[in-house]
Amino acid sequence: MAYEPVIGLEVHVQLKTVSKMFCGCTTGFGGAPNTHTCPVCLGFPGVLPVLNRRALTEAIRVALAVGCKVSDKVKFHRKNYFYPDLPKDYQISQYDEPLSENGRLKIKINGGEKTIKIKRVHMEEDAGKLIHEEGGDSSFVDFNRSGMPLLEIVSEPDINSPEEAYRYLTDLKLLLRYLEVSDCDMEKGSLRCDANISIRKKGGTGLGTKAEVKNMNSFKAVKSALEFEFERQSKCLEAGERIIQETRLWDTDKGVTVSMRSKEEAHDYRYFPEPDLVPFTLEAAMVENERKDLPELPEARKARFIGALSLTEYDAEVLTQDKDTADYFEECVKFYNKPKIVSNWLMGDVSGYLNAKNLSVRDSKLKPQALAGLLKEVDSGKISGKMAKDIVIEMLDTGKDASAIISEKGLAQISDTGELEKSAEEAIAENAKTAEDFLNGKDNALMFLVGQVMKKTKGKANPAVVNKILRDKLSKK
Amino acid sequence: MDNLYSLTAGELLGLLDKKTINPEEIIESVYSRAQSVDKKIKGYLNLDREKALSRAKDLPSSGKLKGIPVAVKDNICVEGELTTCASKILRGFKPPYNATVIEKLKSEGAVIFGKTNMDEFAFGSSCENSSYFPTLNPWDTSRIPGGSSGGSAAVVSADEAIMAIGSDTGGSIRQPASLCGVVGMKPTYGRVSRYGLIAFASSLDQIGPFTKDIKDAALLLGVIAGFDEKDSTSVNVPVPDYASYLKNDVKGMKIGIPKEYFVEGMDKEVEASVREAIALLKGKGAQIVDVSLPHTEYAVAVYYILATAEASSNLARFDGVQYGYRCEDPANLLDMYERTRGEGFGAEAKRRIILGTYVLSSGYYDAYYLKAQKVRMLIKNDFEQVFKSGCDCILTPTSPTPAFKVGERSADPLSMYLSDIFTISVNLAGVPALSMPCGFTKGGLPIGMQLIGNFFEEGKIFNAAYAYESNTDWHKRSPKL
Repeated sequence: MAYEPVIGLEVHVQLKTVSKMFCGCTTGFGGAPNTHTCPVCLGFPGVLPVLNRRALTEAIRVALAVGCKVSDKVKFHRKNYFYPDLPKDYQISQYDEPLSENGRLKIKINGGEKTIKIKRVHMEEDAGKLIHEEGGDSSFVDFNRSGMPLLEIVSEPDINSPEEAYRYLTDLKLLLRYLEVSDCDMEKGSLRCDANISIRKKGGTGLGTKAEVKNMNSFKAVKSALEFEFERQSKCLEAGERIIQETRLWDTDKGVTVSMRSKEEAHDYRYFPEPDLVPFTLEAAMVENERKDLPELPEARKARFIGALSLTEYDAEVLTQDKDTADYFEECVKFYNKPKIVSNWLMGDVSGYLNAKNLSVRDSKLKPQALAGLLKEVDSGKISGKMAKDIVIEMLDTGKDASAIISEKGLAQISDTGELEKSAEEAIAENAKTAEDFLNGKDNALMFLVGQVMKKTKGKANPAVVNKILRDKLSKK
Repeated sequence: MDNLYSLTAGELLGLLDKKTINPEEIIESVYSRAQSVDKKIKGYLNLDREKALSRAKDLPSSGKLKGIPVAVKDNICVEGELTTCASKILRGFKPPYNATVIEKLKSEGAVIFGKTNMDEFAFGSSCENSSYFPTLNPWDTSRIPGGSSGGSAAVVSADEAIMAIGSDTGGSIRQPASLCGVVGMKPTYGRVSRYGLIAFASSLDQIGPFTKDIKDAALLLGVIAGFDEKDSTSVNVPVPDYASYLKNDVKGMKIGIPKEYFVEGMDKEVEASVREAIALLKGKGAQIVDVSLPHTEYAVAVYYILATAEASSNLARFDGVQYGYRCEDPANLLDMYERTRGEGFGAEAKRRIILGTYVLSSGYYDAYYLKAQKVRMLIKNDFEQVFKSGCDCILTPTSPTPAFKVGERSADPLSMYLSDIFTISVNLAGVPALSMPCGFTKGGLPIGMQLIGNFFEEGKIFNAAYAYESNTDWHKRSPKL
């Protein structure tokens, strides 16, 4: 029997605020354990939380960007459970009245598009981190992460394959990067994902018993874990067994999920309204300001690149897959208004170089204005396109301007007709047979002669000029 | 002067102004008084003469309380000083920061003077639930001083402190003030910052003053009140000059007498004293009107659902991980949690944690917590209606009985819970209220009355209270010790 998976994802994103959710401690990554802490994020007796306004506005931006309806009320709940890395033994989160609900994200899949509904986007604080002594039986707690501002983005179970889950995460991450609210670094834990997966007969409706999968530390791991779960649950049903509702952990090394706890052991979080944070009304004007202030999002930007800048769908797609690249591209076009040419260079030589050196476009020594300068030199005929390919590498290596490199190395093309005419005459004399062929209608023969002139001038000749001179001379024969 | 300890802050500030005395003399006087009488009262958990003297030497150049020793309930954080909520689970805990009220007191020159005993985590109405020892009533040491701020009430009553601060979640300032014959006030919720008050029930807790008279109460509240950006529940309303309300004139003031607070079965002597107080105010020109607070009968039930729910969550952090008590040699994490909390909390704390956990647990939340929240709104609405009808204050007894005997209600938690029957509604509504002496029983025990005001109208309460006090001398009596 054929089955299909039904998947919902819960994504936790760490917001890029300067200070923590409810206190003034830094959100900087790293730092010796327990140095980025204060009585508030350590949950000391008597302390009280104060909401970080910046975390609120960033959360609103994300909610708006995924088309959620932002609530007019901000309300927090306590989620109570005991764990050593949770300093108050409750987490301040949102429950029955989340910041926002009912959004959507369009994902690109199999050459088409699919809309994944987003159930809610809400705010909460992060817990600390446990460090277990290797080979010993002690555990240590680092509270540097405690109180970091998190967003939880919960999708509806609209995802029907591990590939869709992967695309959803990729596109969501792209969106978050465009909004500049998080660095979305899974290794640093600033983006985490839990998945709920159940299966049903292909084409069916309804939901089966789900398993929650945790502990996946890359998008690839999410995909692999979901593939494994789909297989496991399918085999389970095929064998006539019942699937039990449980939480499972992904073991990257073994490539399997293992049971962590069943529903029977699930927590009763005893949610209740956080009395230390009085609910307050969000002013509509403030939300509207955030909406107006949203940057152009990937979809819109891609459409503009295709429409206004006449790029191909493929080019526009590639360029907008990374906000820095798209920004770089546009900056360059400002100085050199031939988008297709800029796009070719960026997607070709420049990205080839950066990929090989594992650099981001933002870190590159080649600034957009300099790249524009190089392309202008080609247009003016001072250098050939082929020379430009060498020059751009040097620019990437050194950060020098094209003009500086050209004059330092004496790379300017020879357009002086006197010198070129001499070389052209030599070439015709040395290759009489080829010249004959040209005159007999073999157009290709001319290219050979141009090549000969280029050789004589060590590549500095302007091919267009050489071409013209050769034609003139041959026609006079 | 060797009896400085018996004076009010107002009187001492006058002498300090004239430079006839200095702050060290006050400290010495109050300290030696405490040395001689606290053996009987046991109001202090910690009192350090050297520390107090060194603080008195290092005062700001001016301040509204410059040189006045103020005792502090043990659930309010003082940097580097033991702050244990009278609980074993916080034994040895020294906070790395000061509560906002402590910062305010210090900036006005008050000398933080000793930590006072309390019911563990403020759970109780008798001050018998301390994990150290019970505090006793200065008027009769076979009786309780009331709770949970019993230590703060008793040390002011026994002249072992000039002023004190306590906390009031369901009457924990007003009830012991009443039973010890001093002035105690719970300000409007949000009037005084709770930052640094170790929480019992966050939506009900409020810090307030204990003093020997009304003038001192107005003075001390004026120092500790005000908006605090560290407390999201504190309210940004300007603090008026409370001294300007101290007028011996209640002409035209409308005082409501709620019929639900004068019912069959209450102590006859208490009722008689409060009725006499009402008559006195009427004689001074106050307009006395009958009012109704119809949901009063549900207050105790609502309170014990909401307060325990919040307490169960607030006390979760005492888990043996970071600070305070941890059990010996735990076998594993669960064992550590269970034994740390099992050994660290006293019986009443456990009772309330279990109750609160139960009312919040899934399947019961709607029936208990949510329902109680709704009734709380009705109780708040009762008060709003009375004040909307034009009442300036509401006058009631503070406690249905005078101080009871040590141990009398310990075995019966429910009868203990009823000790706060007249004070609890005020916390649920969030309005301010003050308790002041209004008589004595034939046996010589203090009787207190409660004046309740509208939100942020502590001034009107001070006005009525001051007018009453100016025409009586109950506040001038002292226990014989």
